[in-house]
Amino acid sequence: MTFDNALPLLILLTSLAGGSIIFLIPEHRRGTRTALNMAAALTKLFLTAILVWGVQHDHVYETRLQFLPGIDLLLDADALSVLLVSLSSVLWLVTTVYAIAYLEHAPQSRSRFFGFFSLCVSSTIGIALAGNLVTFLLFYEMLTLSTYPLVVHRGTEESMRAGKIYLAYTMGGGSLFLFAVVWLSVVVGPLEFTEGGMLGRFAGQHASELRVIFFMLVAGLGVKAALVPLHGWLPRAMVAPAPVSALLHAVAVVKAGAFGIVRVIYDIYGVRLASELQLLQPLAVVASFTIIYGSLCAIRQDNLKKRLAYSTVSQVSYIALGASILGPLAAVGGVVHLVHQGLMKITLFFCAGNLAESLGIHEISRMAGVGRRLPATMAAFTLGALGMIGAPPMAGFISKWYIGLGALSAGAEWVIWVLVASTALNAAYFLPILHTIWFKEPAEDLSDKTGHARGRLEIHWMLLVPTVLTALLALLCGLLGDAPFSPLEWSRLIVDREFGQ
Amino acid sequence: MIERAIGAPEMALVVAVPLLAACAILLVRRRTAVLGMVASLAIAALAGCLIWRIAQEGPQRMNLGGWSAPLGITLYADGLSGWMLGTTALIALFVSVYGSGYFHRNQPATQFGGTANFFWPLWMFLWAALNALILSADVFNIYVALELLGLSSVALVTLSQAAPAVSAAVRYLLVSLIGSLSYLMGTAFLYAGAGTLGFKELASILHPESFSFAALALMSTGLCMKSALFPLHFWLPPAHENAPAPVSAALSALVVKASFFVMLRLWFSVFDRVVTEEAAMVPGILGAAAVIAGSVQALSAQRLKQLVAYSTVAQVGYLFMVFPLGVLNPSSWTAVGGALYLVSAHACAKAAAFMVAGNVLRAYGHDRIEDLRGVVQQMPVSMFAFAVAGVSLIGLPPSGGFIAKWLLLTAALEGPEWGFAAVIVAGGLLATAYIFRVFSRSFRNVTDLGDFKKIPARMEWSALTLSLCSMLLGLTATHVLEFMQAGTPLIRVAMMEAGP
Repeated sequence: MTFDNALPLLILLTSLAGGSIIFLIPEHRRGTRTALNMAAALTKLFLTAILVWGVQHDHVYETRLQFLPGIDLLLDADALSVLLVSLSSVLWLVTTVYAIAYLEHAPQSRSRFFGFFSLCVSSTIGIALAGNLVTFLLFYEMLTLSTYPLVVHRGTEESMRAGKIYLAYTMGGGSLFLFAVVWLSVVVGPLEFTEGGMLGRFAGQHASELRVIFFMLVAGLGVKAALVPLHGWLPRAMVAPAPVSALLHAVAVVKAGAFGIVRVIYDIYGVRLASELQLLQPLAVVASFTIIYGSLCAIRQDNLKKRLAYSTVSQVSYIALGASILGPLAAVGGVVHLVHQGLMKITLFFCAGNLAESLGIHEISRMAGVGRRLPATMAAFTLGALGMIGAPPMAGFISKWYIGLGALSAGAEWVIWVLVASTALNAAYFLPILHTIWFKEPAEDLSDKTGHARGRLEIHWMLLVPTVLTALLALLCGLLGDAPFSPLEWSRLIVDREFGQ
Repeated sequence: MIERAIGAPEMALVVAVPLLAACAILLVRRRTAVLGMVASLAIAALAGCLIWRIAQEGPQRMNLGGWSAPLGITLYADGLSGWMLGTTALIALFVSVYGSGYFHRNQPATQFGGTANFFWPLWMFLWAALNALILSADVFNIYVALELLGLSSVALVTLSQAAPAVSAAVRYLLVSLIGSLSYLMGTAFLYAGAGTLGFKELASILHPESFSFAALALMSTGLCMKSALFPLHFWLPPAHENAPAPVSAALSALVVKASFFVMLRLWFSVFDRVVTEEAAMVPGILGAAAVIAGSVQALSAQRLKQLVAYSTVAQVGYLFMVFPLGVLNPSSWTAVGGALYLVSAHACAKAAAFMVAGNVLRAYGHDRIEDLRGVVQQMPVSMFAFAVAGVSLIGLPPSGGFIAKWLLLTAALEGPEWGFAAVIVAGGLLATAYIFRVFSRSFRNVTDLGDFKKIPARMEWSALTLSLCSMLLGLTATHVLEFMQAGTPLIRVAMMEAGP
């Protein structure tokens, strides 16, 4: 096995092996656990950097292991994989730093938490690197399982109920997905992801089966991507600790679903076949409905994390929307939103976590004047919120711009109205928060309640640095969209390869 | 493949060693655990040698005492028997380790009194019976092995001495005897009709005639009873629930599979030309019903061991779906491979689950699911083992259970048999529901933890090891499936020339 063949496996193993060892570390060995966590996260980041460089230079990274007769366990880094791998490597590092500080005083087992946290990230990496649908399925189900202990981590009545609902939705979706994958492989054989799709030659014979299977696949994936009406678990799962919500909403679970939809459309069916079979139009309609419906629900929430959760429901569907409009420009918008939404949403959840940790505030109505108490955190929140609305020069603007351009060039003008409505709704539920933060007089005593503030910093540096860092990344992605290695450039590369230009 | 006429000595030894060990332990009566462990290691090593030999040299045949088939006893081992033997050895070895902790003299003696000394000889008899059954190449030897298996199982159940265990054991005894009787009658039909009882001879003689139909029906009924196929499963939950934990583990993991294994041999090789698609639907539909019924009952179980026992009823149901799926598509090994994979994956996972249930019972003095709060905090190793075993029982990747489910589902959709496919998927969802019933309690954080007795570490670690084995099976499928087909067992046309 050469280094190129081993690299995808190594990237997967850094968190998988790290996570397994963390389980065994005794509770009180805080230093050992932190060192191991950081070592694994940094190693993964380093390996990912090599991977990005290599894929840019047309290296082939492929790990193939025997799994079932005729079916390999295939890890294969293409341009689309690299996008999600880099996102999760970066966000794993910052979230780990954040979580170490956040869980300092928690009574629950931290070895268990970080163990499952690493497994959760490993599953995401596996999903990103999966080179065929069976490998994808394997990690997709692993993600469901490794996330459950994180959702119920607090062990309260409420979190147990959220865990139950989470499982019911995701296992149901998983079963549907499994059924569809087995059916598809019985019909056409091994299902390797191929740029431009691999089902073209079966379309004539099996058109009707392929249609049914497509909707089963998308419904199975749609549960995690929180497509309405399969979104019910997501707003409840926000009872998890803030770093978990951050990771769940930014890169792990919802992204796995959205990424899967992109994979199925681009690398299994291929955009051309999918539009020939008229599969994309219904998906675009569902995604648009989700975008509007999620925003409408968000407006009604007073709990900050709940509002952010409904905002995720809405925002993640941009990815599905971008993928389901025929044409390269919209595709760029959808794919790049994988990264942009992740950076912006993780910032917002970190801010919500800081607010809850230092001031014990969970409701928007109690946030009056917190900008004076937590200026840096709230500045980050402002950047994230503006990005969600889609204001230039934030990253969110770029995604919307490309989806809009793509919709126009594909002749789907109605999508513009969806984007306009969504922008207005996003503004309607984020701008009042910004107003409350910065311009209202504090109604209550905003002194530190947990002793997190150290010296001149508003909050522990390990909670502050990740928050500010991700906000700046979201800003940079917008400002420097044309720079090499920016998510936008990378998405263009992906789409060029998919559309064969 | 060339079969060696003399055969590997390991074949005789894997049966003889546990028998001798049982007698030796009965006679010595001191340091029984040490003797038992030494014997267990020896038997497992012998099984390993035999598997290695099958992989290297192909199938093995042995005529005991030099007498060939119609007169003497023939032992036969192909990839299929090798795999079963290996599964048995792995599970049994860890049951021995677990048993040495469970029946340790430091453990509460009142519960077992002097009977702990009887665990080891009976356990060795059981292991001998399993190995004999797997290696037998004629219908009558299998009867003898089945009887020994049934009697030693019943005796082991009574070791817990509690009143419900004794009544469950009596019921188990009756069912076991009726099952054997039914099987024996079938054997009599065969002998009267065909004049021989060897697998190989029967396979070339039997044709769709009334006596062979009758024999198949009687033998299958007996075997289904012993495998606890729905609706003949009523005896299993009380017996497995009330037996001592290591015994429950062995019964659920191995004993119910032994009769299934015999049925697989009969249907796909001996009675190959007799079975029809319609006949195969009967065990298939009962199996599908078992998946649903067993899972639903597991959902309302009050105690952890009861839940695990009902889960066995459901999982046995999956196994029996192989008959329609395999008969409908005789050229494909997918369904059979899937069922055999499930035998091993379920054996590891279920043994681990029963061990965990035993640990909980020992540590807290009860295993009421409602009152399991905080168990994850206090017994993280055991509960992690239960979680891993649960993943395999549900059939999620990357576990052996997933491979089995994948193969069975593929076979069902190749048909396409939509009904069986739907049951396979629904069974997974129901399994999720009953497995997570346990976790939705045990993850609850509590500050006032109840009485908690420390248990020997090996009881926790043997459960974890077995559960990890069920996970490991998910990554070795290609090689295992290849090995199972050594000597082409159950490939129906090839069977005619080279079979046992």
